[in-house]
Parts: sequence; C-alpha cells; structure tokens
Amino acid sequence: MTITLERHKKPPFWSARNLSYQAYRLKNRPEIIIGVLSLGFLGFVVLVPLFQIIREALTFQRYDLAYQRDGVIGSLTLLHLDRVFNQPISQALFYKPLMNSLKIGFAVTLIAVIVGSSLAWLMVRTNIYFKGTFGAMLVFPYMMPSWVGALAWLTLFKNDRIGGSGGMLTYITGVEVPDWVAYGFLPITFTLAMHYYAYAYLLISGALATVDSELEEAGATCGMGKWKRIRMITIPLLLPALGSAVVLTFIRILGTFGTPALLGLPVRFFTFSTQIYASINARNQGDAYVLALVLIFLAITFIWINSRIIGVRKSYVTMTGKGFRKRESDLGLWRWPLTLLIIVFLLITVLLPMVLLLWESMTLIPGNYSFSNLTTYFWAGKGNVALAYGEPGVIYNKGILDALGNSIKLGFAAALFNGALGLLVGYAVVRGRGARLARWLEGIAFAPYIFPSIALGAIYIGMFSTNIGPIPALYGTFSILVLITVIKNLPFTSRTGIAAMLQIHQSLEETARVQGIGWFRRMFRIIVPLSMSGLVAGMLLTFITAMRELSLIILLISPGNMVLTGVIFGYQEQDMAQHSAAVTLMLVVIIITISVIVRLMSRRVGVGRLSAV
Amino acid sequence: MGQIRLSGIVKSYGKEVVVKNLDLAVRPGEFLTILGPSGCGKTTTLRMIAGLEEPDEGDIMLGERTVFSRSKGVVLPPEVRGLGLIFQSYALWPHMTVAKNITLALKEQRLSKVEIAERLEIALKQVQLTGYAERYPSELSGGQQQRVAVARLIALRPSYLLMDEPLSNLDAKLRTEMRASLKRLHRDLKATTVYVTHDQIEALTLSDRVIIMNKGRIMQEGTPYDIYHHPANLFVAEFIGDPGINLFSGTVANGALDCGDVTIPLPEALAARGGEMVAAIRPEKILVSDQPKDGWQEVKTEILQPTGADTILQVRAGETPITLLQPGFLTLDEGSSRWISFAPEALSFFDKKSQDNLREIA
Ligand SMILES: Nc1ncnc2c1ncn2[C@@H]1O[C@H](COP(=O)(O)OP(=O)(O)OP(=O)(O)O)[C@@H](O)[C@H]1O
Ligand SMILES: [Mg+2]
Repeated sequence: MTITLERHKKPPFWSARNLSYQAYRLKNRPEIIIGVLSLGFLGFVVLVPLFQIIREALTFQRYDLAYQRDGVIGSLTLLHLDRVFNQPISQALFYKPLMNSLKIGFAVTLIAVIVGSSLAWLMVRTNIYFKGTFGAMLVFPYMMPSWVGALAWLTLFKNDRIGGSGGMLTYITGVEVPDWVAYGFLPITFTLAMHYYAYAYLLISGALATVDSELEEAGATCGMGKWKRIRMITIPLLLPALGSAVVLTFIRILGTFGTPALLGLPVRFFTFSTQIYASINARNQGDAYVLALVLIFLAITFIWINSRIIGVRKSYVTMTGKGFRKRESDLGLWRWPLTLLIIVFLLITVLLPMVLLLWESMTLIPGNYSFSNLTTYFWAGKGNVALAYGEPGVIYNKGILDALGNSIKLGFAAALFNGALGLLVGYAVVRGRGARLARWLEGIAFAPYIFPSIALGAIYIGMFSTNIGPIPALYGTFSILVLITVIKNLPFTSRTGIAAMLQIHQSLEETARVQGIGWFRRMFRIIVPLSMSGLVAGMLLTFITAMRELSLIILLISPGNMVLTGVIFGYQEQDMAQHSAAVTLMLVVIIITISVIVRLMSRRVGVGRLSAV
Repeated sequence: MGQIRLSGIVKSYGKEVVVKNLDLAVRPGEFLTILGPSGCGKTTTLRMIAGLEEPDEGDIMLGERTVFSRSKGVVLPPEVRGLGLIFQSYALWPHMTVAKNITLALKEQRLSKVEIAERLEIALKQVQLTGYAERYPSELSGGQQQRVAVARLIALRPSYLLMDEPLSNLDAKLRTEMRASLKRLHRDLKATTVYVTHDQIEALTLSDRVIIMNKGRIMQEGTPYDIYHHPANLFVAEFIGDPGINLFSGTVANGALDCGDVTIPLPEALAARGGEMVAAIRPEKILVSDQPKDGWQEVKTEILQPTGADTILQVRAGETPITLLQPGFLTLDEGSSRWISFAPEALSFFDKKSQDNLREIA
C-alpha cells in the first residue's frame, strides 16, 4: 500500500513560507540552536587554529628573512619543511628529538601500563590489605603536576654540571653523580613512569571492575576453566581499556613539557616538546609549527592504529576514581609481601617526592642537606639581598601570591566554563541523537584529544597573536589560558556531559515543556540539578588539571598572566631550587585541599536521592 | 475546552512512514481513546499533538488555533499549546518534592502565591495525597507517583489532556482503581482528552469514542459498543475481544457458507453475492447445549479455562477449533460432546479479499 506523499507539494526551500516554517521549527528545537552555536565555537577554536598553523608552516614569514633575504613574505614556501626534515640542522631539530620522544614514549608507556595494570589487578581482584587507603593514595600522582618527580629527582641526584650545587646523594656520599643518572633519558623515563602509571591504573581498574559481573555470568553458564575464561573473556573485554591506557599515556607523554625540560635541557637532551619550546623562543615559529604538526600526526596515527587493532572506534573511557570491590582471589602467603610492596611503592612515588621538596625548600645554602642548614627563609623570609637574588619567601612574595591568585582563578574559570560547555554539548548531542549535527558536535568535542598539549599551545600562539575580526589578540592575556584549558579538557567534560544527560530521561524535560515551562527554567530547575553530580566530578577534574598544567600553557604565559606552574619553572630555570620546591609544595597542598573540600561538599548535598526513580 | 483536529498528518522516521495520512477529530470535552497494537504509531500521534514531534505534513488544530501547519508554515512549541500530558513513566522530577513537582509550572505562569497554594491543596486532596507534599518521588509507591502526575495536571487545569498508557506500569488491581481516577480527572477538568493504550479493556471502559489504529492508519472509529459489536473489518474484529472472536473462512454454496467442518447460515443478500468470505462470531454469542438438537453442530470439548465468573471452552468441530465462553465456573470432562448453533444476528461477515465488513454492503 503506497500513499501519495505528493498530495501537498512541498514549497521550495527559499520560499518565504518555508523559511518562516523553518524559523518556527528552529525556535522549537533548542538543542539545534545550541548544537549549531557550540559547533561554530568549537570549529573556530579547534579547527581554525589548525589550518592557521598549517598555513604559517607553509608560507614565508618575516622571521625567515634572517635565513633568506630575498624571500617574499606570505609566499608559499617549503623552507620550514626543508629546515626540519632535510638540512644538516634537521638532525638536531627533528630527528634526534623525535627519537628521544619516541624512546621515552614507548619506555614510559610500557612501564606505566605494566605497573598500572598490576596495581589494578591487585586492588580490584585480590584480597590485598588497606584497599581504601591505597585506592586514595594510588591516584595521588594524578593530582600532582607530572614534573614533581623530576624536581625530587634533581634534589636527590643533581650534579654540579650546570654550576650551582650537587644533590643530596653527592652531599651524603661525596660521589659525583654521572650525567646519565642525573639528566636525560633514564631519569625522564623513570619519573614520568612514576606519574603516568596512575592513568593506566585508573582506566584499567575501572574496566576490570565492570568486566567482573559479565565474566561471572558467562563463566558460570558455559563452565569454562579459569584460565580459559581469563583468556577468552577478561582479556578481550579489557583490551579497549588497555588500548586507551596505552594511547592516552603515549599521547600525553609526547606532549609533556615539564619533566623533559627540567631533566633534559641542562644537558641539551631535547624531546619534541622541548624542541618546540626552543624553536619558539628562538623566534622560529615556522619550525615549531612543523614540529607541532608532526606531533599531531603521530598522535592521530596512534589513535588510528589502536582503533584498528582493537576495533573500537572510540576506545577511551572516562576517568573515574571510584572504588570497586568484586570477587577477590586469595593471595595466600603473598598477601603481606605484596601489601608491603605497595606501601614501599607509595612511599617512593608519593611521600618521598613531597619530603624531598620540603627539605629542599628549607635548605639555606643549596646543596647542604645537614640539619644545621635548615631554614624557613624561603617560606617566611622577607627578602634579603644576600639570598636568592633578594627574592622574599613564599608568603611575602608578591609575584608568587599573584600567580597563586591567577592559578586559582584559572582553575575555577576553566572548571566553570568547562562544566557549562560540557553540559551544553551533552544536551545538544543527546537530544539531537542520530542527527548529523549531533555526530559532528560529538566528534569535534573529542578533537582536542588528538592535540598533544605542547602542540595545542603552539597552535594558540599562532592563532591569537593578532586580532581576528572582533576578537582582540589574546596572546599574553589571562583569557587565552582559560580558553586553552577549557578546550584541552573538553573531550573529558563533554563525555561527562553526555553521560549525565543520558541518565536524564527525556520525558522529564518534555513534561516540563508541555506544562509551559520555558527553556531557561527547564535548564536551571531540571537539567542542571539532575546532572550536577556527574558535572561536579568533571569540573573538579578540570580544576585540578588547570592548576597543575604546565605543558599546555608554557608557550602562552608571560609576566602579565603568570600562574604558579610558570613561576616554578622560572625559578628552576634560574637555579633557585628552594623557591621552586616551596611553590610546588604549596601548589600540591592547595590542589589536594580543594579537591577534598569539593568531594566532601558534593557528598553532603546528598546526590543519592537524585539517582532514584 | 475545544476540539482537537488532525488532518492529513504524515510522519516518517527515515524511510519508514509511521503515520500515514491521518485524519482525526476529537469533539470538545470528549474522551477519545486511540487503541492499537504495539508500534502502530499511537505514541507518535500523541507526541505530534503535544508538539514534541513534528509531522512531515498536515495540519493540527487545538480549538480554533492552528498549532501546526506545514502548508501555512506554522509550528507552535509545546510550551504554548496549553496541554496536559501524562507519560507512561509519570515523568516526576526526582529532585523535587511532590509540592514542587506540582507547582513548578504554576510559578512559570506567574500565579499569585495564594492561588498556587490553593491549587496545590485542592490537587493533593483530589488524589488523596494530602500530607505527602514534602515527600520526594522516590519515597512514594508506583500508584502514588501516578497520582502525583495526575495532581500536577489537576493543578495546571489544561484544556486538553493527553495520556500515553498511563496505567501500564501498575499492577492489575491498582489499574482498576486508577482508571476511575483518570475518568474523574477528565470529568473535573472537562478537558478534551486523547488517551493512548494497547489495552482494550481500558479503551472500552473509559472512552466516549475509540479509534483503532494499525500500521499508522485508522481502521475504525466509533463508540466502544460499535467497535465491539460491529467491527468494520477483520483487523478490528480480531483485535477487540478477549478471548478472541471465532473466524470461519469459506465459500458460498447452497445459500450458506461452507467452511469445511462447519456450515454457517447466510443472510439472503450475502448468499446471492456468492464468492469467498469470512464469518465471525464472538465466543459468548455461540449458543451451546449439552443435549443434541436438530440442526446443531456437535463439538468435542478440548480445554477448559475457568476464570471465575466465566469459563472459556476450547472445542473442536472436526478439525476446526472453536472458542466458547460460558457463564459460571464449569467443570466438564474433557472430550465430552456439546452442541452449538450460530444465531444469525450475532454473525458478521467479511469479504475475504478486502477484509471489510459486508453488512453495510448487504
Ligand atoms: N524517534 C524515532 N526514531 C525512529 N523510529 C521511531 C521513533 N519513534 C518511533 N519510531 C517508530 O515508529 C513506529 C511507531 O512508534 P510509536 O511509538 O508511535 O508506537 P506505539 O503505537 O506507541 O507503540 P507502543 O504501544 O509499543 O508504545 C514504530 O515502528 C517505532 O519503531
Ligand atoms: Mg507508545
């Protein structure tokens, strides 16, 4: 039975009648309006900058005149590509940093994933002791800047190569620490691995906990043997999480700046990220952009390979820090030794760096780690020309306090904007499910994931150094830090937003619509309160990330928008280890305090009741 | 209060046409039920009236107001249509107390505090939930949640009421109770009501008029009595009634319908028409005797299903299965004989090809 759809002829698209109809329609579909606006905004802040740096990398720039006097500014040129890939200088500019980055990337990923998944297995699947405490402590590195370990390493193993003093080891034993222990590949790999295992741990323990129940059913019904079950069910189910742990860690390491800078630059050991930084500082942006593009290309390749192997298009999992307890296997005799092993591990990765930083921040004469040399000057000194170029201690230091204010402002602003943007993206994606707009939006919100931090920073210098239409040049402003932090965190917050929206049945909003309740009130009275618990977790994550971020913003900070991480890096560059240690400790303490407060508060509000019905 | 009128409504999702050229008019104050099997487009129709879905074509009027017209280029949003809608899931806001659930929309209308408090009290009283104002939905039973959804509409006083299977989440006993309270809601609000269900008992007990829908089309429109007694086509005949209607398919021969094991008397006009047709008779309309009678057909009892007040009998005439419904709690031996007869006025006849009822034609 066919029916004649031609009965009413549809008016042509541009006719006034149809346009008025489309306008009416649009008014009824807030998710489309929001979707289009978000898509436009994200397209502008994600895709435009990418095209911009591609263009700059391929055209002749004013700074290239130094190398080629007869060049025409703005003309198409392969000069940058040539310099990066095909000249004697390419060895130092590209190939060596590339090899270093890849070597570090593979080594750190390997160690982090092995350590992370072993810990995950112990925590989720065995009867190890002190699970609660361990669970809280193991994610601790996740809250710290990734380069805290590097600072601690320097305190321990520094040698006097770059002038200044030796580290604790030299002080105690008198042995001169060789360069390869103090700087370069070995310490970078070690300290990064001791940070990034936390990512792998979070991802894999989350997956392990959810795999459990499925495994129990399947295993029980088919009567499979234990090992067969693990091989046939657990591993394949864990593979996506393992894959995303590998890719996530690898991309982050490619883009990380702090550790390779602290432990590599003194011996001119360059990785991709530090080379980008060096090129920008040398005013060779063109080279930096080519390097950034290569980095993005590498990241995309990795995501692609991962998805080909695992066969999951988006093999990433939202991070959660939830505790899980399922069926546990008995460790028997190994229970205490393994518990002790974790304790030692935590002492080394969590407590030791803190203690070392505290000690460092209290040594009066650098390199002298005796008790008689302890001082509170770097915390509470009022400034003394004889010490540290006259820099006052932390609590009297205007530069530090201003940066602290900026950091906190940055954290809150980024969290707030990210929460709002995540909610709107989630709303538009979930309400517009199935439509092309929703798919595009979901895709583009995910796009910043593929930009290694340092590369995104490089892109933003290129884009916002001059004004674009009505938008003023943002370089050097506080807004650009907020913007880039929001964008970088968007993949995670939009995931959170989508997940939160999926849990709100659409009839809850539709009822309100039919009852005549307008969009804003629906948002503020229904959608926001119902998605709050999920959003708070996402926003807290953004806050922490924003506070401890260095790689992302190192290229964008200047005295005008200085934040704590920048201050720390500055002190370190000037070899003022006590100051940088003190400020780092302060940063860590603030991050932990605020996240504890937020968690307590959101528990107090009683989110439990909301999930019912 | 006003009419609801849909004309020429077409709705498709992708390639699948879900509602096909639907014309429907609900008279002011009427209680109309749309009844049909799962997936026939009932919910879609209701959502189009509410404005939650857009038809591809056609016009929708509420009262004298055109709320949707593809040809005139009009789409009014749900917010301004002045409707009340009850979802299957009740859609109570879990983070708000009962009182907030009921008054949120009233606040949006900028009613005075006194008026809001008054309406809240009346609404709670009507659904017998006075004293529950400060509870959260999760602290209420399913039936109570349902009543809050009703109270929300009582307080809002919409002129049009839409309900989408509001009883399907309740157990059988509560359902009977809530049916009465929904009927009361309709009476109190005097709202033009469209009620969607796939439960024929609800349709028959609640409605002024019933529309039977199948695959996006209207199969029949009429009072519950008409629908039950004079099904317009085979689909309606089979869909309505529990236990289902008996169908006998056969060919006209010697002034009667020859269906193999059974022969069914035909009215003259139909006998003259000839050809293939289907005869239908409701189980309770078949006359049954436990003694052989002249001209009655012998059947063998196969299965007995006493439901309390009635007993359903599955019998066989030769190979042909027949369902009978007898009053009382019967206890017969299986395999015993009974004799049945078809009263001519209880029979309906349908054309085998078009499936339409032949009564109007005759
Ligand atoms: N959003 C949608 N996208 C695609 N197809 C849909 C959508 N909503 C409904 N459909 C399809 O339209 C048809 C009619 O759906 P509808 O919900 O109106 O059925 P219904 O009569 O209410 O059924 P039920 O009694 O099961 O609630 C179904 O085939 C359904 O699969
Ligand atoms: Mg339905």
